[in-house]
Amino acid sequence: MKITTLMMVMILWVSLDQEPKAYTQRLPGSELEIEMVAIPSGSFQMGSKNPEDKDAYPQRKVSVDGFWMSSKEVTWELYREFLKRELDINAIKHENIQIDAVTGATIPYVDMGLGMGSEGSLPVANVTVLGASQFCKWLTALTGVYYRLPTEAEWEYAARAGSAGPYFFEDDGNLEEYAWFDENSGESYHEVGQKKPNPWGLYDMYGNVAEWTLDQYVEDAYQKEQVFHPITKPYPTVVRGGSYKDTAKELGSTVRMGSDLVWKVRDPQFPQSKWWNTDAAFVGFRIVRPVETPEIKEDNTFWIAID
Amino acid sequence: MKNTRRDFVKRSTMASAGLVLTPSLESKGMFNIFNEKKLKVALVGCGGRGSGAANQALQADENIELVAMADAFEDRLTESYNNLYEKYKDTGKFSVQEKNKFVGFDGYKKAIDLADVVILATPPGFRPAHFAYAIENGKHVFMEKPVATDVPGIQKVLKYAREAKDKNLKVVVGLQRRYQENYLAALEEIKKGAVGKLVGGQVYWNSAGVWVRPRKPEYTELEYQMRNWYYFNWLCGDHILEQHIHNIDVANWFLDEFPVSAQGMGGRQVRTGKDHGEIFDHHFVEFTYPSGAVISSQCRHQPGTYNRVAEQFQGTKGFVSTNDAAAAFLYDLEGNEIGRFENTSGHNPYQEEHNRLFKAIRENTELNNAEYGAKSTLTAIMGRMATYSGEVIKWEDAMQSTLQLVPDDMTWDTPPPVLPKADGFYEIPTPGKTKVL
Repeated sequence: MKITTLMMVMILWVSLDQEPKAYTQRLPGSELEIEMVAIPSGSFQMGSKNPEDKDAYPQRKVSVDGFWMSSKEVTWELYREFLKRELDINAIKHENIQIDAVTGATIPYVDMGLGMGSEGSLPVANVTVLGASQFCKWLTALTGVYYRLPTEAEWEYAARAGSAGPYFFEDDGNLEEYAWFDENSGESYHEVGQKKPNPWGLYDMYGNVAEWTLDQYVEDAYQKEQVFHPITKPYPTVVRGGSYKDTAKELGSTVRMGSDLVWKVRDPQFPQSKWWNTDAAFVGFRIVRPVETPEIKEDNTFWIAID
Repeated sequence: MKNTRRDFVKRSTMASAGLVLTPSLESKGMFNIFNEKKLKVALVGCGGRGSGAANQALQADENIELVAMADAFEDRLTESYNNLYEKYKDTGKFSVQEKNKFVGFDGYKKAIDLADVVILATPPGFRPAHFAYAIENGKHVFMEKPVATDVPGIQKVLKYAREAKDKNLKVVVGLQRRYQENYLAALEEIKKGAVGKLVGGQVYWNSAGVWVRPRKPEYTELEYQMRNWYYFNWLCGDHILEQHIHNIDVANWFLDEFPVSAQGMGGRQVRTGKDHGEIFDHHFVEFTYPSGAVISSQCRHQPGTYNRVAEQFQGTKGFVSTNDAAAAFLYDLEGNEIGRFENTSGHNPYQEEHNRLFKAIRENTELNNAEYGAKSTLTAIMGRMATYSGEVIKWEDAMQSTLQLVPDDMTWDTPPPVLPKADGFYEIPTPGKTKVL
């Protein structure tokens, strides 16, 4: 209880301060750490200026509250701890969320790295949005600190880091310095954090693996006022940033893609796995922590439960 | 940016490889007289994979119905029944009456009796008996790999493979790489001489391992082994058989021959708990082929280690690399890429197996995978024999083995073929001591 109270005080303090500062989240009982970068609150023009980018047009002004975002994509090393569930014994004991109650992903029958590796600092891939979201819930139960996936608006705001064009480096850089994509990836994802970060210290926002968000993919979403589209059905859900397989045009701050059932076409089981895709080793995720933390409780709507 | 935006496939290359892909949902209307018969399907083994195979069968043909289900366990059968019922209740394809749900060891007979086509997807130890009964009774078969766990089982499958041929029955074995575009395209190029004659290779299934189903107090020893079947040889055959057979089969298929001998080493170092039964967590085997080609085979179930599920082969003019990412690459002797194939987006080799099976039934064309399924299973069994014993195992000696792991005509009163020692652990094979032939 003491640790929980301390944590609450810390969160309160941060909330009052309103200016988040970078910190490192340690996984209790392990040597593993997650670097959390502070993203200040603000507003930006979300979307593309180019009418040809149909599903990201037109731009609209969107305000975003402050949050932290993991500087890197979640790695296999981290995700395997969620699969193993051996750290649970060190979990913060929470009144409203018991770590035992967090559903664990199944151990996959096949190698989900599809030959690109599925260990160490390589980005976890082939996870479903449910698998990504439940990792956040598990991490919350483990640490007592609230984590979830980013919304699409948060993702784009963080990727832009104040920039206005399709890429955060605008005119003074080239994509190869910042991203693994089809021209330099060797058709494989790479260890996270090898390329230069964006101005706010976020690595691999473009390329490497595309990243799950909390938004349902709605093609004409930008033509309406509603900014956030909660996930109410499994498909399609928005992934952002593009991957090692994509061309330069398919990477960037505004490019959107919706998930598709074909991503698990080679799952021979019935029903198919809720936790794993089979043909989407180009999709992983990163995590955020909002400054205004909702009450941590079992049925928090941002920990999606649909498959 | 759309989902199909970059299929990651070179369609033109695929076409130039002369690959004929099957799919034939559109050609259904062309079927002849056979199409008038409604095909009845029985599912034997109602786990996730068996249910998946039933789901694929029901999508492979329009005039089809699932009529019977069998499983050793009522809870597994009910779960599968409910899932399939939910999806197919309004399609006319699901007609499993209450009286045609068969629980227990001998339920397979009653289920098979009711069908034209049977899906055999229990743990592999039971496959030979189920396959024999299906063929004796004139049924077409889809059966999962491996097709046996011991040599008497292999002999039985080979015998009924011949009988299936005589009776013109169609048999597909779930070695789905043989139905997968990247493998088919690569083999086509190999046959055309793109990398010369294959003289060696390496095949891998290195991963973190699979599920464990822990013992519960209410289980008898037999029920425990049946539920946690992966870790018992009479049921599973060890992971060199249960999983790595896929990659070993690719070697047999691409080389177009079966090995004369196997030698290797293995053990268990990480996966050593009581619930891990008696199987190894790693095997490394050299298979030597009649042509002189040698295939190195490695399979490992150890978390936190290097993962690889793939195959590569060296030829006299280049080399080939195939992998689970649904890609295949060809290189010349200088390492320059000379060919590349990737699956079409949405290509599903598991569905393809069933599309082909039902097409062969409808059009009455030849299709029988049972012989190579049995021989690739035997190849993997030889690998296991080599790592357990530490001896060189010859194909002709292995084929003579009469060591039977699976009891005949089991009931819930049959004593399990292996029992735990006083400390709750099972006997582990010891190279140099364990006899396997």
